[in-house]
Amino acid sequence: MNLWNRLMCFSRRRSPWLFHMNSGSCNGCDIELIASLTPRYDAEQLGVRLEGSPRHADILCITGPVTRNSVQAIKTVYGQVCGPKAVVAIGSCPATTNVFIDSRTLDGPLNRHLPVDVFVPGCPPRPDAIIQGIAAAAGILAERAAKRWPAESVMVPMADPESACDCTKCDCTKEDKSSADTPAREVQP
Amino acid sequence: MSYKIPMGPYHPALEEPYKLDLICEGETVRDAKLHIGFNFRGIEHLAETRNYIQVIALMERVCGICSNIHTLTLCQSMEQLTGLTPPPRALYIRVVVAELERLHSHVLWAGIAAKLMGFKTMFMTCFELREKVMDVLQAISGNRVNYSMNRIGGVNRDIDDPLAVLAMVQALEREMVRTVIPIFTTSSTARSRCAGIGILTREKALSCGVVGPTARASGLPQDLRRDAPYAAYSEMEFNVPVQPDGDVRARLLVRALEIMESCKILRQALTKMPPGEINTGDAKIVFAAGTATSRVEAPRGEVMYSVSWKQDAKNPSRVHVRTPTFANMPSVRWMVLGARLADTPLIQASIDPCYSCTDR
Ligand code: SF4
Repeated sequence: MNLWNRLMCFSRRRSPWLFHMNSGSCNGCDIELIASLTPRYDAEQLGVRLEGSPRHADILCITGPVTRNSVQAIKTVYGQVCGPKAVVAIGSCPATTNVFIDSRTLDGPLNRHLPVDVFVPGCPPRPDAIIQGIAAAAGILAERAAKRWPAESVMVPMADPESACDCTKCDCTKEDKSSADTPAREVQP
Repeated sequence: MSYKIPMGPYHPALEEPYKLDLICEGETVRDAKLHIGFNFRGIEHLAETRNYIQVIALMERVCGICSNIHTLTLCQSMEQLTGLTPPPRALYIRVVVAELERLHSHVLWAGIAAKLMGFKTMFMTCFELREKVMDVLQAISGNRVNYSMNRIGGVNRDIDDPLAVLAMVQALEREMVRTVIPIFTTSSTARSRCAGIGILTREKALSCGVVGPTARASGLPQDLRRDAPYAAYSEMEFNVPVQPDGDVRARLLVRALEIMESCKILRQALTKMPPGEINTGDAKIVFAAGTATSRVEAPRGEVMYSVSWKQDAKNPSRVHVRTPTFANMPSVRWMVLGARLADTPLIQASIDPCYSCTDR
């Protein structure tokens, strides 16, 4: 790893930007995520920022038990986040669908659709736990960046968002899924 | 030439997924269409497959902001079916938790409105203050969001030392008076951003059937805590703030004044709290067949639950929920007519929408 790569890894770990997505949550987790960014818990001291666009984000924070209506949107947004990326599932809902289990309008849990890196269980998890989860995801992100940093950065147009998340079509394990992100889809600076 | 601007379902200005289609002419909004249903979890159907203990935990998760109100209303209607009456101390505890929840919900709304105004300092101030409300709630219930305080025939946890909680509430009130209320009422930034936009006239408010702070900001003096008292509200003294203007600033003012009224109710409830039992015990509960309805005033307006039970059934045969946002939502269309495009996020947020309640 050359100096440039080391610098990039360091900065990725120190400034993970978040995109928050609500896939049918009850708002409890969303509020706690926002609370963790405000003065009392102050996740911003880790360089964390909530971004308005998935294309600016490194970490996708997903709350909620994944309703049928939001499945497609989740996949699209996941495809729009530039690699390397990490997914944090906040709350018990995305992990297990929680009290809504057996509902016919749900298509959860989340790891049926996306490769999830960090689960933060709790209904809702406390802001401290959310910050811990985000910090863990930032570490994963830095590792991933170190491993798959191409020798020359290539600018490739984004694939069709519909097919962006091709890892859902296979039954591969979690490790395989993260490597199912082919570098061709990644837009490097 | 008019054109359509779709906003959402996942948009930085929206806290929750829903879609707003705005028909614009230049910068001016001519019409708006709202699409909801992204949060549809089928809770009402799920409730029919849960027994009377599970259904309380399920209904608490209809909404994470007003979780207590949902269990309170559900428990009240189930109490009508079982014939249990909660002891007086339980009613007072219910009032305390409900008012704390109103406080945190209004402060949260203020923060989000401030963020949409582009007033980031106030956003942070509000959330800082909200944490202090959460401290009180946590001291009472041990939880930050889903308090699980209510049960059929009373509450689950006692407030052991109401006077200690009272001290916390008084500190909170001082802080509110010092920081948030002046920003709400006198700050020129907030005024210039909110005055005169998103107007809902009294007539329109009546014909749309809006509820809660949205109605009170349009000059309709309605509040179930006063008009149809539940829990221990009949023993409290408070005013119902009403503003005649119907614009976003009026909604801001109504909520600011409501925060003060909530503090007043909290002080009364905590000093007058009677001693005694907090619930009717763990005996088996028998439900009578029939339907019971209950209404309460949630932070956003009136919530109604209607629970039906069949003879000797384990599970309810129907739980119907009507949430305040469902009633307030159609009024957004009238508020944004003729508004500038840049104001629409603030206007739609001014009814304090909660789509996870509405979609369920
Ligand atoms: S985990 Fe709990 S608090 Fe979070 S979205 Fe699900 S039900 Fe709501």
